[in-house]
Amino acid sequence: MVINSRFFNRSELIGFIVLAAVLFVILPLSLDVFRLNLVAKYLTYAFVALGLVLCWGYGGILSLGQGVFFGLGGYCMAMFLKLEASSVENTKIQSTPGIPDFMDWNQITSLPLFWQPFHSLTFTILAIILVPGIFALIIGTAMFKRRVGGTYFAIITQAVAAILTILIVGQQGYTGGINGMTDLRTLKGWDIRPDHAKVILYFVEVVLLFACIGIAQFIRLTKLGRILVAMREQEDRVRFSGYSVANFKIFAFCMAAVFAAIGGAMFALNVGFMSPSFVGIVPSIEMVIYTAVGGRMSIFGAIWGAILVNFAKTSLSESFPQLWLFGLGALFIAVVLAFPNGLSGLWADYVQPRIDRLFASRKKSDWKDNSVADGAPAE
Amino acid sequence: MFGDYSLGDLGSIFVMQGFAGLILFSVYVLMALGLAIIFGQMGVINMAHGEFMILGAYVTWMTSNFFQSYLPSLFSGYFFLAMILAFFASGALGMLVEWVLIRHLYKRPLDTLLATWGLSLMLQQAYRSVFGAREVGVELPQWMLGSLHVSDSIEVPINGVFVMCLTVLITVAVAYVMYKSRWGRQVRAVVQNRIMAGAVGINTEKVDRYTFGLGCGIAGVAGSAFTMIGSTGPTSGQLYIVDTFLVVVFGGAASLLGTIASAFSISQTQSTLEFFLSGSMAKVLTLLAVVGILMLRPQGLFALKVRK
Repeated sequence: MVINSRFFNRSELIGFIVLAAVLFVILPLSLDVFRLNLVAKYLTYAFVALGLVLCWGYGGILSLGQGVFFGLGGYCMAMFLKLEASSVENTKIQSTPGIPDFMDWNQITSLPLFWQPFHSLTFTILAIILVPGIFALIIGTAMFKRRVGGTYFAIITQAVAAILTILIVGQQGYTGGINGMTDLRTLKGWDIRPDHAKVILYFVEVVLLFACIGIAQFIRLTKLGRILVAMREQEDRVRFSGYSVANFKIFAFCMAAVFAAIGGAMFALNVGFMSPSFVGIVPSIEMVIYTAVGGRMSIFGAIWGAILVNFAKTSLSESFPQLWLFGLGALFIAVVLAFPNGLSGLWADYVQPRIDRLFASRKKSDWKDNSVADGAPAE
Repeated sequence: MFGDYSLGDLGSIFVMQGFAGLILFSVYVLMALGLAIIFGQMGVINMAHGEFMILGAYVTWMTSNFFQSYLPSLFSGYFFLAMILAFFASGALGMLVEWVLIRHLYKRPLDTLLATWGLSLMLQQAYRSVFGAREVGVELPQWMLGSLHVSDSIEVPINGVFVMCLTVLITVAVAYVMYKSRWGRQVRAVVQNRIMAGAVGINTEKVDRYTFGLGCGIAGVAGSAFTMIGSTGPTSGQLYIVDTFLVVVFGGAASLLGTIASAFSISQTQSTLEFFLSGSMAKVLTLLAVVGILMLRPQGLFALKVRK
């Protein structure tokens, strides 16, 4: 793989290589398929965390509604898979064959209009990107053009998450209700359930994740990224310099929404179902904490945050279910009070200087530490 | 949708649903009052507000159990003592939290949100460990059971009336404290200009601590009132927190009058819609309307300033 040395500085390059090695080589070789599938599930949250780095870390916009976009992406994918799983021969015991089972249970006799286009895979892939993107565009335009930001924006996005959850749970006949869409089977005739399919899907997901990392890194390095940071620090000065602050914010928010939606779609594929419990307020805030733990300013940090927090969640809630909520709560407080830059901040403060010294003592070159906040966190 | 009902029926329905809305209104007002003080005056997003309310509810439940076992003769009056205990328990916890956590974060409002969310998770787990995961209900004294017959088709439950009277009383008390007392003046001075307030001799740290404590204490009383109309579980508080924030934001953050007006309109819309649609659709439509109006009018109903 050829990497432009200007695209990553040295510490980012190390972070990139470590992450690529772990995700492409070490984990697939060392874990069984069940555990690898769990990692695939964690990585779907890494997409959301990556979006939050752009939107929250760089743009300073805290969205507590990322679960909405995660859910929209996931539901778009799940609707396609569900339609394929509900072919006429699969559902011939129903009173209306050919429609998803939950519709049949809710006395719906024909496929609703908004379900029709999801027979097409092309439409579905477009919808995964466009539905959350346009939704974010509407919310973002309405809020940022009126210069509503900060805490108000956070509360409104949270309300949107609440509304969507209630809507999905309430409209059982159209959405599968609280159980969500289960029993997803094939993608264009290719069974997604057996072990080898899970491994292939894992690699597809990792490749997509690295594509998103590339996009995020590109945004960060261009003028756009610098304007985002400037806006976070001194919004008025950027506005007085003649930039449309609202448009930049809308862009960052939409990017974060699209990343989250890709994560959601991969979730539906890898885990095999989608339910409202990944849409609401609680999962949305948990997604923010992945980013905060990893480091809200660090692209690689956020991905490690998503993996490590979820790993801790799985292992702790398996063995000590009561302890997990205490631990998660304490983690929130500790991250905010003690280390606001998360793991990547700790890495940059304690590990990075030692590595630098090691390198510096070997060859006394004059390279500079470009950005302190962007190291890879400890493993 | 009105076709199946006669005019008289419709009138009764609106009165009964209106009354159900008034009870919801009382809970919203009691929760939102505390939040309006903490969020509106201090700018702190307290996501653990619902858990402070639930603490009040658990205190009430324990008091009622205590009276039932040891002082059954005084049981009819336990609620008044329970309310005071709930106020002080939640208020004391609030002051502790302010001292340990919140005072370090006044300049980072988004971070208070995360930290208090963490706090709310820990409190929920603490309630679950101490009181169990099952919801608990308080036994109401005899005089609160039953209902008043207004007409043949209209009945109003007495505990609802009681909760409403309580709400009015607490609202008046809060308004008096905030706008008439010396201490309320100090709070408002600190909010308007912290440095100047400090310069004229107000102990701003102390004012912050007591303001936060007062907001949490009112949440405790809200929890106490909440036990009259519903059962309490470890996660009951979380169900109301988003609604309450919307109430405060919709009303205009710094305005007590706005908070009351928005609590009234939201609760009435929701309970009236609830009769004609399913409960979930009523809630969705109400929240959508609120979010829609907030997008058109971000400063809320009665606002001084919201723009950041």
